[in-house]
Amino acid sequence: MAKIIVDGKQYQVPDGNNLLHTCLSLGLNLPYFCWHPCLGSVGACRQCAVKQYQNDGDERGRIVMACMTPAADGTRISLEDPQAKDFRAGIIELLMTNHPHDCPVCEEGGECHLQDMTEMSGHTFRSYAQTKRTHRNQYLGPFINHEMNRCIACYRCVRYYQDYAGGDDLQMLGAHHHVYFGRHCDGTLESPFSGNLVEVCPTGVFTDKTFSQDYTRKWDLQSAPSVCQHCALGCNTSPGERYGRLKRIVNRYHSDINGYFLCDRGRFGYGFVNAEQRPRQVVQRAGDNSGQQAQIAAQSAATEAVSTLLQQSDAMAIGSPRASLENNFALLHSIGPQRFCPGLSDAEQTLLETAAAIYRQPDIGIPSPADIERADTIIILGEDIINTAPVLALKVRQAVRNLAKALAGGAGIPDWQDAAVQELAQQRRNPLIQLTFGATALDPIAAVNGSRAPEDIARLGFAIAHGLDSEAPPVSDLTAADSELVAQICALLKAAQRPLIISGSSLLSAAVLQAAANIAKALSRKLDAPCPLHQCLPECNSLGAVLLQEPGSSPPLERVLEGIESGAVRRLLVMENDLYRRLDSERLERALDKLEQLLVIDHQWTPTAAKADWVLPAASFAEAEGTLINSEGRAQRFFAVFPASADIRPAWQWLDSGAWDNIDALTRACAASRAPLATIVEAAPPAAFRRPGQQVPRMPHRYSGRTAIRANIQVSEPRQTPDPMSALGFTMEGDATGLPPALRPASWAPGWNSNQSIHKFQQEINGPLVGGPSGVRLLDDQFNVAEATWFSAVPAAFQLSGPALQPVPLYHIFGSEELSQLAAPIRARQADDYIALHPDDAAALQIGAADGVNFRAGGREFCVAVRLRADIPAGTVGLPMGLGGICAATLSQPLALSRAFDWQPPLGAGNANVFASDSGAAL
Amino acid sequence: MTDRPLTQHIDLSRPPYDLAQYEDVGGYAGARKVITEMTPAQGLEILKDSGLRGRGGAGFPTGVKWSFVPMYNTPAPTKYIVANADEMEPGTFKDRLLMEGCPHLLVEGMIVGAYILQANIGYIFIRGEYIEAAQLLNEAIAECRKKGYLGERILGGDWSFELHVHTSAGRYICGEETALLNSLEGKRATPRAKPPFPQVSGLWGRPTIVNNVETLCNLPQIVLLGADWFKQLSLTDDAGTKLYGVSGRVNTPGCWELPMGTSARELIERHAGGMCDGYQLKTFLPGGGSTPLLLPEHLDTPMDYTHIGKLGSRLGTGTVIVIDDQVDFIGALKNLEHFFSQESCGFCTPCRDGLPWVEKALHNIECGSGSRADLDWLRRATWMLNMGNTFCAHAPGAMGPLDSALKFFPDEFERRLP
Amino acid sequence: MAPTRAALISCLSDEEIAEIRAEASHYEYPQAASIEALKVVQKHRGWVSDESLREVARLLDMSAEQLDGVATFYSLIFRRPVGDNMLMLCDGISCWMLGCEKIKAHIESRLGIGYGETTPDNKFTLIPVTCQGACDRAPVLLENMRLHTHLSNDKIDQLLAQTEAEKPQ
Repeated sequence: MAKIIVDGKQYQVPDGNNLLHTCLSLGLNLPYFCWHPCLGSVGACRQCAVKQYQNDGDERGRIVMACMTPAADGTRISLEDPQAKDFRAGIIELLMTNHPHDCPVCEEGGECHLQDMTEMSGHTFRSYAQTKRTHRNQYLGPFINHEMNRCIACYRCVRYYQDYAGGDDLQMLGAHHHVYFGRHCDGTLESPFSGNLVEVCPTGVFTDKTFSQDYTRKWDLQSAPSVCQHCALGCNTSPGERYGRLKRIVNRYHSDINGYFLCDRGRFGYGFVNAEQRPRQVVQRAGDNSGQQAQIAAQSAATEAVSTLLQQSDAMAIGSPRASLENNFALLHSIGPQRFCPGLSDAEQTLLETAAAIYRQPDIGIPSPADIERADTIIILGEDIINTAPVLALKVRQAVRNLAKALAGGAGIPDWQDAAVQELAQQRRNPLIQLTFGATALDPIAAVNGSRAPEDIARLGFAIAHGLDSEAPPVSDLTAADSELVAQICALLKAAQRPLIISGSSLLSAAVLQAAANIAKALSRKLDAPCPLHQCLPECNSLGAVLLQEPGSSPPLERVLEGIESGAVRRLLVMENDLYRRLDSERLERALDKLEQLLVIDHQWTPTAAKADWVLPAASFAEAEGTLINSEGRAQRFFAVFPASADIRPAWQWLDSGAWDNIDALTRACAASRAPLATIVEAAPPAAFRRPGQQVPRMPHRYSGRTAIRANIQVSEPRQTPDPMSALGFTMEGDATGLPPALRPASWAPGWNSNQSIHKFQQEINGPLVGGPSGVRLLDDQFNVAEATWFSAVPAAFQLSGPALQPVPLYHIFGSEELSQLAAPIRARQADDYIALHPDDAAALQIGAADGVNFRAGGREFCVAVRLRADIPAGTVGLPMGLGGICAATLSQPLALSRAFDWQPPLGAGNANVFASDSGAAL
Repeated sequence: MTDRPLTQHIDLSRPPYDLAQYEDVGGYAGARKVITEMTPAQGLEILKDSGLRGRGGAGFPTGVKWSFVPMYNTPAPTKYIVANADEMEPGTFKDRLLMEGCPHLLVEGMIVGAYILQANIGYIFIRGEYIEAAQLLNEAIAECRKKGYLGERILGGDWSFELHVHTSAGRYICGEETALLNSLEGKRATPRAKPPFPQVSGLWGRPTIVNNVETLCNLPQIVLLGADWFKQLSLTDDAGTKLYGVSGRVNTPGCWELPMGTSARELIERHAGGMCDGYQLKTFLPGGGSTPLLLPEHLDTPMDYTHIGKLGSRLGTGTVIVIDDQVDFIGALKNLEHFFSQESCGFCTPCRDGLPWVEKALHNIECGSGSRADLDWLRRATWMLNMGNTFCAHAPGAMGPLDSALKFFPDEFERRLP
Repeated sequence: MAPTRAALISCLSDEEIAEIRAEASHYEYPQAASIEALKVVQKHRGWVSDESLREVARLLDMSAEQLDGVATFYSLIFRRPVGDNMLMLCDGISCWMLGCEKIKAHIESRLGIGYGETTPDNKFTLIPVTCQGACDRAPVLLENMRLHTHLSNDKIDQLLAQTEAEKPQ
């Protein structure tokens, strides 16, 4: 600890930070621009000037930049010194010499850090009477607007984009007062983390294009604490709504998960909530299969149909890994465990149960995403994380970069001296080891990259475990090259102080998960502590779907199909699940046709819903409350952002409206149903939470126009929609201060209208929020500990057999996930349909780079373009999940490919949609 | 023993000496001596004793600066020595003379310096327009490589050293040593924060010394003839000789090697032949465009770091810019501030956004459309853009002439306000 | 693995590539040769077009943005086409005091171009440059990087005539 004196007041502060970090942590207001809690200090903007005094006798002092000055013991500074204040106002005045007076038409207005800092510094009168410099703006793609005239040249954007996120297509250009932050020429920003520029930019240079197309001021947005639905990581978000439309999604700080940043899928993938074609009313198809005619039906008829179906002995119900725990549990409870299927295919369920079992092993620690940043050596088995769990890739990048901080520490350079730290380290990084199918966007920063078929990734993993601990099962018949690779990787892992393993289910290989678990077990014996292992999982509640029931007790989707085929199942209720993404479509089609009744509850018109006799409109995450379990086993609550309209209800409310008074009762019942779920009620305060006597307001107190918002319909203001089941109200009335993090809808503090206000809610800068990290970790507890075993099912080496090729899934951040794929800006970034072939295989099949191929798989015919990729193993064919109807069922059999005759690439095909993560493909 | 260690072999009426000619007149004796007869530590000791101060403008004691470079006993990581030949300070034309007049002197200086530092790689960072100098240096380096003064195991010892010429592509800020390092790394020439100093973490994060051409050119004779000899060359306590120059409305502008501490009067009246007919000395910048103005009453002050510093100015590069009574004074200031404004790297706010405003205010005053607000801003700028308030010394340098002009010649501004 | 950027070079000449590779060998990382590489292209082509810039970036294994950040920073890298002959007039303080503005006015009247402009016949481009370190011989200019000192209107006339005569390009 260090003693420092600020304006005569003494504080005890942690050693080693800079004065800006320290002052903000103490709750003091000091303006800044170029510093960012995650990016450290560079001293560019000169805004955080304070007066520093040498000693008690020093009366004059000198101006220093707080961000560049260590908070050493005995430091004496003044924020209030008139000269320091004058200087800070002067800096704002200089920034304002070029900043336009366009706040009224600027999307940033009302949540602009520059506005806040201008207010704070007291610069109110402009004496500059000359012309301003102007710039031409660039087209940066479907996500981001560019308005360079607003730029104050704080350099944060490029430091975030290049240094933190690893992008290389945003640069500072030009010099002196003509510095320009943009691309070499117009074009889409390629980084899948580009959306964070919107929040990193302290003013309105980079703004959310999807938001500005449907714009509302921040103070007019109704928000709720939410959790991202587009992968299993569970990043915290704060969606904003007005006029019944979800307007945007911004980051919601969580110290253990996403920190300050989201991926572009999570930020820009929300369009499905607003989709015109979303089911909003109960639809019933009249009569039999002939001449189906959809018609709007009464809600009461629908609930009647549901309860009738649930009581039939020939009925089954299918839940979903993208639906909340509560919805799944309600369905399970309503129909009974024997007739409930969690909506997973056989393979997927095995994978997830394997993953869950691995997490329970005593040798294995489950790292939070933030823990990953602290690892000094990371091995990734089988996951292309930038596409399957994007924010994890951001964490891994920091872990790899953090060697620089360690080196700087050795050289006496504080870790916040960002430029010096990077300069010292140059290209030295902590080792990252990747054994993946094909090249990934992280290859350039990895020490070891191996591209293998899934079987061989597992074999290498088993061999590494054996190399680390001879008790682990050995792998026979490794090639010499692979033995050498294993030895190299073992050496790196043995040298690690804080090794960490990432594996996952994306290659649909239980062996990969087991191999990673063996490595973790081997390392844990060396570390004499549980070894951290993170398993990437497919969907936002995949882990929840398997934790609902005893392992092995739920029927997979294939059992349901068999039941239909055998005639035992004649009625089916499907909730928030598109079965066409999971099953052989031909077989599924036949089965669904055979059903007497298909009832679908969903918030989207999926192909499954299109087959239904009844479609009941469900609430999306933005209109309902629920709990999800992320890939680290953390239960997190998301809350409705705005009230559901028309017939839309949370899915569970279609099932049995009498069974539970409110969602709290449902959550409690779910928690009571199984030991691992017992603590999910602690994920957020209960619905009864009141402050003082009132619900938490979802609208900020400055929310405007409430009395006029419906004036075209009726001049008297209607009562706000009540939300009796929630701790949050659809209102601006109530006290929004001192909220637990799980209930804070948006970040705002007096004088801090931008997202930078978050430091007012942190225990210290970059630390947990006051009130602790929200959510509750389920799998750390004692009762989850299973017996530790070595996995020994080492698969046989991948071998090419015959002309058919082994299909292996590939993933794309834009396009592989069901819901975000429905958002137009995400679709604009989606790659054209293709399959990936090794050039040798293509040559053998006489397929060229400009050709298309035909094949049949999973009950469908495909005719798509070919990408030749030398980085995937020969004998495999890479299938991009979610593109052109490719799904897990497409992968069930080796594929016989043939060159498509008269094949023409679809219009507009080209490189426009190829993004950074495709660098392995022919660019 | 020479009293002109820098220019004794320079005669612009003939081509510079090649290696053989240079050796004939005693060239590389300093390099031979330090490499074959001295340990690096002994070399550094002489350097410290000599009192040599950096000739690039800051005047920091060279030996002290070099003593911060870590020395290693075992196989050492790469260390670098860099000659700052990015002579871009307005009004400065001394390093050009050294490099065009005797390229081998700089090469020898770098070899001596590199040996003392046990550096393995050297760069001469030369401004892009000095094409002839770059070519001469490349030729000299090639000769040295052939002869074994550069390359592996120089003069049979254990020490190896390779030297390259890097030609720059403009930008005054490259003369700032940390910006120079970024530029040498192929990046934008934005200065770096200090600490860490380049001696510890410089080029590619390795220990690096950057010194001005003139500084390095002093080394061969210092190691050869000793610290005492070097000190006695000077008229004052700041050791050695200095390349002085005079430009402006004088009869014979030029550049001369003279004892450190020679007065500006002697430079202007004797060496530069006095003011041109009909022109009076109004004021002068003692050492380049960023040094605060001095007045005729300061003409007799010895031109060294200490004495000029006491007058509130800086010796800078020692090349005097004479401003006469007939020049448009505000116009001359605007010319300087335009330069600094254009050459700002754009990294920190006061420099990037303050200097253009300074230039515009001066422009208004020059055109007769200035206002009290313009003058207020100029005064405020000299505080806002002062040392410590900006990221590097560029903007404070720009404020040198402006601040002194406001102090010495307030009427020049006042009388041009409408 | 992914094809390296260097494998995709097409439009730079073999000579340019060889020169760039030679420069790159002097540094720890190829990116360090970025300025030298841009100057190689400029030497051969007069300026650096977007296309050349992208090719150089590939050769040095950096993104076009990273290289353009460097290219646009330095004043002697030309990112726009220039005339056959570059006239770079020093506007340093000493040259200014000794009449560079008059020289500029004379060039303007002779060629009809101001700073940053190129004659319609593409023969000359005029730009200002900072102090050339030849203040004792002011005013000065660089004509195709050749230094001309003690300028006067007559000298400019001579220079223009000579340049037009000797450079058929």
